[in-house]
Amino acid sequence: MLEVRDLHAKAGDRQILKGINLTVNAGEVHAIMGPNGSGKSTLAGVLAGRDGLEVTAGSVTYKGLDLLDLEPEERAREGLFLAFQYPVEIPGVNNAYLLKAGLNEVRKHRGEPELDAMDFMTLIRDRMKLLEMDDTLLNRPVNDGFSGGEKKRNEIFQLAVLEPALALLDETDSGLDIDALKTVAGGVNAMRSPERAMVVVTHYQRLLNYIVPDFVHVLSNGRIVKSGGKELALELEEKGYGWIETEPAAAV
Amino acid sequence: MTQVATSPETYAAQFARFKQGAVFSGPLASLRDDAFLCFDRLGFPTTRLEDWRFTNVAPIAETPFLAQTESVDYTRAALDGLNLPRIGGPELVFVNGLFNPGLSSTAGLPAGVRVRSLAAVLADEPEAVTPHLGRLARVEGQAFTALNTAFVRDGAVVEVPAGVVAQVPIQLQFVTSSGVAPVLSLPRVLVLAGADSQVTVVESHTGTAATPYLSNAVTEVSVGDNAVVDHYSVVREADVAFRVGSLHAHLGRASNFSSHTITLGGAIVRNEAQVVLGGEGGVCTLNGLYLANDRQLVDNQTTIDHAQPHCDSHELYKGILAGRSRGVFNGKIIVRLDAQKTDAKQSNKALLLSEDAQITSKPQLEIFADDVKCTHGATVGQLDSESLFYLRSRGLSKEQARQLLVHAFAADLLRHIRVAEVRAQLDDQLLERLPVGDVGL
Repeated sequence: MLEVRDLHAKAGDRQILKGINLTVNAGEVHAIMGPNGSGKSTLAGVLAGRDGLEVTAGSVTYKGLDLLDLEPEERAREGLFLAFQYPVEIPGVNNAYLLKAGLNEVRKHRGEPELDAMDFMTLIRDRMKLLEMDDTLLNRPVNDGFSGGEKKRNEIFQLAVLEPALALLDETDSGLDIDALKTVAGGVNAMRSPERAMVVVTHYQRLLNYIVPDFVHVLSNGRIVKSGGKELALELEEKGYGWIETEPAAAV
Repeated sequence: MTQVATSPETYAAQFARFKQGAVFSGPLASLRDDAFLCFDRLGFPTTRLEDWRFTNVAPIAETPFLAQTESVDYTRAALDGLNLPRIGGPELVFVNGLFNPGLSSTAGLPAGVRVRSLAAVLADEPEAVTPHLGRLARVEGQAFTALNTAFVRDGAVVEVPAGVVAQVPIQLQFVTSSGVAPVLSLPRVLVLAGADSQVTVVESHTGTAATPYLSNAVTEVSVGDNAVVDHYSVVREADVAFRVGSLHAHLGRASNFSSHTITLGGAIVRNEAQVVLGGEGGVCTLNGLYLANDRQLVDNQTTIDHAQPHCDSHELYKGILAGRSRGVFNGKIIVRLDAQKTDAKQSNKALLLSEDAQITSKPQLEIFADDVKCTHGATVGQLDSESLFYLRSRGLSKEQARQLLVHAFAADLLRHIRVAEVRAQLDDQLLERLPVGDVGL
């Protein structure tokens, strides 16, 4: 589904990604771990099409398409979803309105008819239950005045409504208390399916107790320096990142 | 400059001709005479005047506009084509400033409420308006108000007697249809709301023209003690047109006046609002929203005069400026010596959608009382790139995302508009009139 080859990217003058290689197949959950500044969020940003990041070398193929050639909205309509590390507060834009507009764009792109208000609300109610979301959040402006936990929950709620093929979760666990973490992880797990792939970017191993990955990659200084199964996350938890950074770069 | 075969009639010549007509003599003769003298002495303002520093009306001064004396034919179909808010209920239509009875209706007016053309009132019952016309809209130092007053012959008169509540909004549609000679349209509105009364007035100012016209409007609103008046002025003049309009309101004791001035079109648009809180416990909401593109200039000048204690004023102006457009906001708040316990809030926000758009903002507080709360704030910003990315990452196109964010910027103002049809029309217009295309965001 996703093929990242020798990806190099700059943010401003700083070279952040220095040759990322990553293959993600449908049905797989990949965790990308790494210390601060290793390039985790830059990788997620490049994949989603964030402004201000410049790809200097390499390629990304997604469902056979040249991903880097697509506008952010085209990526979204092709089924790529980024759960933001810092969800943006947008006063004046209704949460439900955004979801409906986004969902209908995705459906239009797939050649499906737009959902009417009834069907939309049925879907929304179902997904809200999944995330134990408070009804009132739906009619509030996007993330405006939401607590940290509510924002992250709202991201996963959007994921559940938009049903992407590839979900990128950028530090969705950061700042969550254990109850919120369980709810969010529960929502993510409910969305796991053989057709859907997920890339979970996290700083902490804790999230991976709840979202158990198939593969774990360690990102350091702009490269994936180690890859393994879920046990790698536990090893990192035990030893910290220090021992990885001193090892020579491993082949992927 | 193109050479004109016959030189156009000057305002002095037009006024001399007006004086010879049958309409002129009568109760308003001296008001008109004084006003013309004043206009003649002042001439059109120049940018040397502090209040006109950023608004150059040379294009208005240089165009020979012709005050209208004869009503022109106008069809229902043409009116419908203007896409005005259709609320139903009482509606007076004015074409080039003159009343058009065929397109107007007073159906649905509650008992006691009278909505008439000024020309009709002057003919039938002049004493109903003579004490009020020009009482709030003073001509001294105000060239445009003087020009309107000098040539005043028609307009709308809304009278709500004490204790009467008019539930249905009263619509006043001012349409300008410019012909060969540049039209001078002079809308004049007088609203007299008696004590304990309640009324909503919606003015629309619009036009279709290939040649420039000037709509020079004056509205006077007298809000009686404990009365509630909700006023809207939706300005959507033709792209080549000029508009200078002023709103003058006087609030009685414990009354409530709110006004929304919404500007959507016109080459040069100047909106002035002067509100006097003239009785204890009055509450005034003065809001404005403007959208400008290309080389449009929109200038809002407001004065809120806290003359009595315990009055509140809330003022919020928001501008959306694209292209090479310019916005001017000048908001003055006066708190008189006696006006203790005043609570005045003023906020002016502008959203610049292009590198070349400009806003000039000047809040002025003149406070003579010592136990008051007065706050003002001005912000200028652009669309937030992170918000744009967020919306696009959910599947919305760049254009949709921009429109949604612009709409969101205006949302709190729109929410205050209590007439649903006006709000709905603005919702549409806001999205429709937004500039399309990349502005480098």
